[in-house]
Amino acid sequence: MEWLVPFILTVITASTPLLLAASGELVTEKSGVLNLGVEGMMLVGAIAGFAVTASSGSAILGILAAVVAGVLMSLIFAFLTLSLMANQVATGLALTIFGIGFSALVGSKFVGFAIDPLPALSIPGISAIPVIGPILFGQDFLVYLSIAVVIGVGWFLAKSRAGLVLKAVGDSHHSAHAIGYSVIKIRYLATMFGGAMAGLGGAYLSLSYTPMWAENMTAGRGWIALALVVFATWRPGRLLAGAYMFGLISVMQLHAQGAGIHVPSQFMSMLPYLATVIVLVIISSDRAKIRLNAPACIGQAFRPAQ
Amino acid sequence: MVRLEPRRQHSQAMVYLSPVLAIFMTLVVGGIIFAFMGKNPFDALYTFFILPINNSYGISELFVKATPLVIIAVGLAMGFRANVWNIGAEGQLTMGAIFGGGLALYFHDSESALLLPAMFVLGAIGGAFWASIPALLRTKFNANEILTSLMLTYVATLFLSFLVHGPWRNPEGFNFPESRPFPDAGLLPIIYDGTRVHLGTAIAVFVVIAGWLLLSKSVIGFQLRVVGKAPQAARHVGFRQKRMVWFTLLLGGALAGLAGLFEVSGPIGQLQPQISPGYGFTAIIVAFLGRLHPVGILFGGLIMALTYLGGELAQITLGLPNAVTGLFQGILLFFLLACDVLTKYRIRFGSIAAKGRTA
Repeated sequence: MEWLVPFILTVITASTPLLLAASGELVTEKSGVLNLGVEGMMLVGAIAGFAVTASSGSAILGILAAVVAGVLMSLIFAFLTLSLMANQVATGLALTIFGIGFSALVGSKFVGFAIDPLPALSIPGISAIPVIGPILFGQDFLVYLSIAVVIGVGWFLAKSRAGLVLKAVGDSHHSAHAIGYSVIKIRYLATMFGGAMAGLGGAYLSLSYTPMWAENMTAGRGWIALALVVFATWRPGRLLAGAYMFGLISVMQLHAQGAGIHVPSQFMSMLPYLATVIVLVIISSDRAKIRLNAPACIGQAFRPAQ
Repeated sequence: MVRLEPRRQHSQAMVYLSPVLAIFMTLVVGGIIFAFMGKNPFDALYTFFILPINNSYGISELFVKATPLVIIAVGLAMGFRANVWNIGAEGQLTMGAIFGGGLALYFHDSESALLLPAMFVLGAIGGAFWASIPALLRTKFNANEILTSLMLTYVATLFLSFLVHGPWRNPEGFNFPESRPFPDAGLLPIIYDGTRVHLGTAIAVFVVIAGWLLLSKSVIGFQLRVVGKAPQAARHVGFRQKRMVWFTLLLGGALAGLAGLFEVSGPIGQLQPQISPGYGFTAIIVAFLGRLHPVGILFGGLIMALTYLGGELAQITLGLPNAVTGLFQGILLFFLLACDVLTKYRIRFGSIAAKGRTA
């Protein structure tokens, strides 16, 4: 049983970046905006967090930088799609292409740098309790934040007035506009929240998961986060479950070798991507469920009638 | 205050002007970025965009790099017109290279003139097969083709890596993850001596012409244009969305597969873990730069090919990281999309009140 605790710990660390990025994208999509640039925003968040942490020695500053970087990236997207009414799919792709290039450019100076990983919480006595201690009371602060974010998003969308307005904007922008809500402003804010969370997810990768910078280190996690939102049918509770399921799948390759399963490593590495496809198929084939939960205006440009 | 006012009709002038404007703005921003990196912006831009093509060999290399971009982008543009977002062309390119290249490896001592044509066919089949998966999942199970086609790109790349590290590794090599070199009969002939310009480049020009005819003269081309512009109308007239999905994905996949085969049987000459510097993704930008029109794509492909050459040269002579290429490509796509607004809207200065109300 001594393998169990380290195993659960790796599942948690693999799930956290997905959970952060997907929570943000869920809010963005609920407002009717489809931002496919999650991968690019995560990468820019990862390098911003790493560069600032490595230069300043402060992980707090690094995390703040990652959030700011993610928000700035999302603002590029918001300006193009919401103010200039550019196609959201194409702009999201552009954001990812730009993010890959930009992060690699800035990151070229930081390859090979080493930083201390984010410190784990340590409560004397409690964190030392076998099994429960390290799992529940021995994580770094971004892990707790990711759980808090998804719970907060759940509360916001279901219980708060602002959340209701956001959903109204996503479901029927013309009605929301007619009642007097500023559709564009609300969508800007929702997109910026998505950017902030993607930036945080990226920072988790470069500050905690593998405390270093490598080109393209997100390796498709931004896209998996997008798929997770569909998998969760835009519901935060299912998002939490989905992110942990994907975390589990993606660490299986690390543990398969140890368990004596000899499959070429490339096939093990395919698992998260194949799982994403399979999960998408299972969820999407239930058309009624998708129609019921998907924001009705997703991906559509809004221009108030004059 | 700045406002956007819808035009009654798309501006024809802006259709042609906006890509030019986007390129100009990219150069300005590029110069600013170079200045930030401590380089003289004019020197850097010269190195990036002029120096690579100021001799005939450079121009021939431009054609070599543009070949896969143009071939892939023509296929993708058909899908984008019909709102089918195949962004997994990189994976389809890889599968084309595996299928066609696999044949060359199987017949590695062949001298048959039939080998190369057979590789073409298998390359196209490989790409179309890989694209048929998102097509099937979209039409049968309603799964978003953006995500499925992209996920399959990772799978294809890993599969190629498995093959060249394992079963297809060159038994006479030095344990490098590479296949045998293809036999001469499996290599594309060079069509201009002293350069690397190969038969695939000529085929790319043919693809452009064929794509143009398909779009302007055929029934399915007409349907593609209507589905993209007025999906509701298309449904009323009875155009079948599913057929569009299948047609555009299979065509896009086949062309991407062919482009992948051309890379491995042309400039590379064998299978190796990395066979493309992201042509499948860059082709998306090429398609938009060419305004989703095959002839425009020809020019778009040449311009994007230049960013690869410029990036390589800037890396050697100025010590700039290769990532500058991707950065330029992303910025160009931003400006293209932003300038696109000019074809549909007029920019007006002043508030609505100043102009008086027009209902």
